[in-house]
Amino acid sequence: MSYQVSINGTTHEVDADGDTPLLWVLRDVLGMTGTKFGCGIAQCGACTVHANGTAVRSCQLPLQSVGSLAITTIEGIGETDVGKRVQREWLTLDVPQCGYCQGGQILAATALLMHTPDPSDADIDKAMTGNLCRCGCYTRIRKAIKNVASTLKA
Amino acid sequence: MNENAELLAEVVPAARVSRREFLIASSLAGGGLLLQATIPSVGRAAEPGAAEAQITLYARIASSGTVTILAPNPEMGQGTKTALPMIFAEELCVDWTDVQIEMADYMGGKMGSQSSGGSFSTPSNWMPLRKAGAAGRDMLISAAAQTWNVPAEECYAEASKVIHRPSGRKLRYAEIAQKASTLPVPDANKVVLKQESAFTIIGKSTPDPDKARVVVGKQTYGIDVKVPGMRYAVYQKGGVFDAEVKSANLEELKALPGVSHAFVLKGAPAPAGAPGMDDALRGGVAIVADTWWRAQKARRNLKVEWIEGPHAEDSTASFDAQAKKLATEPPEKSVRVDGDPDAALKSAAKVVRAAYSYPFIAHVTMEPQNCVASYQDGKVEVWAPTQNPGPGRTGIARTLGIKPEDVTIHMFRCGGGFGRRLANDYMIEAAAISKEIGAPVKVLFAREDDIQHDLYRPGGYHNFSAGLDASGKLIAFDNHFVGFAKGESISRLGMPGPDIFPAGFVPNYALKTSKIAFNIPTGPLRAPGDNAHAYVYQSFIDEIAHAAGKDALEFQIELLSSPLPGEGEGKGGSPFGPGFLAKRMITVLETVREMSGWKYRSSLPHGSGMGLGCFYSHLGYVAQVHQVHVDPHGVITPQHVWVAVDIGRHIINPSNAENQVQGSILDGISAVLDQQITIEKGRVVQSNFNNYPVLRNGKIPTIAVVFVKTDYAPTGLGEPAHPSALPAFCNAIYAACGKRVRKLPLSTAQFKV
Repeated sequence: MSYQVSINGTTHEVDADGDTPLLWVLRDVLGMTGTKFGCGIAQCGACTVHANGTAVRSCQLPLQSVGSLAITTIEGIGETDVGKRVQREWLTLDVPQCGYCQGGQILAATALLMHTPDPSDADIDKAMTGNLCRCGCYTRIRKAIKNVASTLKA
Repeated sequence: MNENAELLAEVVPAARVSRREFLIASSLAGGGLLLQATIPSVGRAAEPGAAEAQITLYARIASSGTVTILAPNPEMGQGTKTALPMIFAEELCVDWTDVQIEMADYMGGKMGSQSSGGSFSTPSNWMPLRKAGAAGRDMLISAAAQTWNVPAEECYAEASKVIHRPSGRKLRYAEIAQKASTLPVPDANKVVLKQESAFTIIGKSTPDPDKARVVVGKQTYGIDVKVPGMRYAVYQKGGVFDAEVKSANLEELKALPGVSHAFVLKGAPAPAGAPGMDDALRGGVAIVADTWWRAQKARRNLKVEWIEGPHAEDSTASFDAQAKKLATEPPEKSVRVDGDPDAALKSAAKVVRAAYSYPFIAHVTMEPQNCVASYQDGKVEVWAPTQNPGPGRTGIARTLGIKPEDVTIHMFRCGGGFGRRLANDYMIEAAAISKEIGAPVKVLFAREDDIQHDLYRPGGYHNFSAGLDASGKLIAFDNHFVGFAKGESISRLGMPGPDIFPAGFVPNYALKTSKIAFNIPTGPLRAPGDNAHAYVYQSFIDEIAHAAGKDALEFQIELLSSPLPGEGEGKGGSPFGPGFLAKRMITVLETVREMSGWKYRSSLPHGSGMGLGCFYSHLGYVAQVHQVHVDPHGVITPQHVWVAVDIGRHIINPSNAENQVQGSILDGISAVLDQQITIEKGRVVQSNFNNYPVLRNGKIPTIAVVFVKTDYAPTGLGEPAHPSALPAFCNAIYAACGKRVRKLPLSTAQFKV
């Protein structure tokens, strides 16, 4: 069946089973592989995207439920002011190790900062706890979020 | 990616070779200089049949000025893709902004094993890459000197330019690379290396260029590869390892939407002595569809009858019971005995006994195992995230009955490695499925496949006895280790080495073993062996120190200060440097003592405590102090970590080095908290991150890292800081709440974060 989905501001016509998770639509149908597969059960956050500005796990969002949600992926988040700042700070602090989870981390951090420009440690815990990093880059992730927050305040 | 092949082809027979066949220089098509450095193999062996002299480096200086360096070894976040080119670029005196790094394909042994593991890439390449860079720099200087008609001694190189000192004239490498390619190649053993104090690249934080793509979602990992005509597959193996399929509802599966093939593959075990890590094809059912999601969905309808073999009743409970029984019986085998431990224990003023154990654990790389393979007319092309391509090639050739040279392997950045990708089971599965369907295919493990079909870090049981004399001095140390064995020998990865400290520092010492039969695949996991043994040995030493009424840190320094004759002074060295040097460990201990305020630990608030761990691992010396708080309900709050690291006189890429150390420590905490693979009815119980948890971003301690620089060649850092984290954390828990953790994970003792 055919569905219309809005990804990074562009409307795509997608012909796939309605129960296909958005993750696999992005990766295998649209060829947007920045969104990663990690667990398939919303436990790791590697597949995080924004739906109307909220961080969601794309492995749990079936194509038939996307409807009119505006989806933003790691390939498109740099078009937003906060997203761009987060990406820049991630490079400045040299946050990633293997980098596989970092798209999800950046989207989770961006959603946090969009809604809470000056997050407390507890806010960061809550927003970022769903995004696993097996390499253990958590120290720098937290610092990067705080650094971006300080630029948003300025 | 065919550029690598071109690069090889460009090394024409007419190229000039230095006398020791170290460096080959030739002209680059389109103008420029191509350098190829070759060194005798040191450290790890390549595949059988590989040339003895291995190419260490390919680099080309194009007439555009771009310096392209081929990264030979797979990148999985540890930083080798940047660190090795930095070493070469330093001596070449190139402006780092001119450098481009390309990931090499697997070159069939010509470029060594191209394997990343054991933190070996840095020590094995340090001198060869420096010499190659220096030789290239000398050729560029000669080219400029000839152009100006001045003596080469009047010229020097800096930031991709040669400068004539008296006149101040400058020539860019871009302008002279072509000329340099026609000049004689210097003898690499006579080139003058840079003064290390003049380094401008080594020691400066240098970002991995891949990361700019990572943060915008444009970096290609193995899982992202797509080739024309590619299909997607899932491969269901038996829950019991080595189970074979008796029957499956294949016809039913083939009728499902998008499914093109469903078939059974029979297992093809690796023969004894084959290279690599159990690179076997295990029996199972392949489901191939037009999308991975449809293949995965079809799996829900799969019904298989398995032939499960003799291990279908194995369980962790029965392993534990066997270990308990064996601990009461005389050991089967003696590995090391110094002095007379039995007599010393009998005469000791105080005897400390404790039994420690730890479970099997899995690697859980964030990128699940996957591979794209395309079989056509007896040849296979493979795109894979692998740490160890050579045995993968051999395994595919063996399983498919083709020649190794007919297997081409393209390597990609790995979404974590930790040793999992030293095995190539996923590669063999993809190749076998592609051959069966006659089309390219991507095999992707669901997380459940990944956790239930890993090559696990083996569990183990240590039964310690230690004897103290009346002054609290350690006089006897005895370990009866019960480990897992297939056949006669305990798995090498599970076996504690006979030299683990305090061996060599206590007059009466014994390591004896007994074994439990098992059938669980095992493989190396970050700091193999050390990741378990550091926990048990360093925890038990902490117990001994407390029993002796001594400061645990000073107790270790005291022990290290009085080695037996011939011990602690570099015994068992390698081509990369001396073996264990006690003085280096003492220095990191003293450093971490000052960093952490260890002396004032008794004034910490109630419920908080500090614990120490130190370990020599993969040529690195690391000591760390952890501070944790434990509340009355067993809720642990990791507070601070102080770590002193000695990996020689240079930290090649400081930002990455700090990241590696911090990550290694969090990985250690993650491993002890709640990670275990348990077996019931021969099957792995855990399946995904909900029941095999990885540390989350929440209660993360601050981690202060100090690198202690000593006058030894630099070594790798993917592993050394990991092992000592486990005992430091557990010893801190003891200090905080008085409860000794002798069995991992901590969750089995009702601790949690």
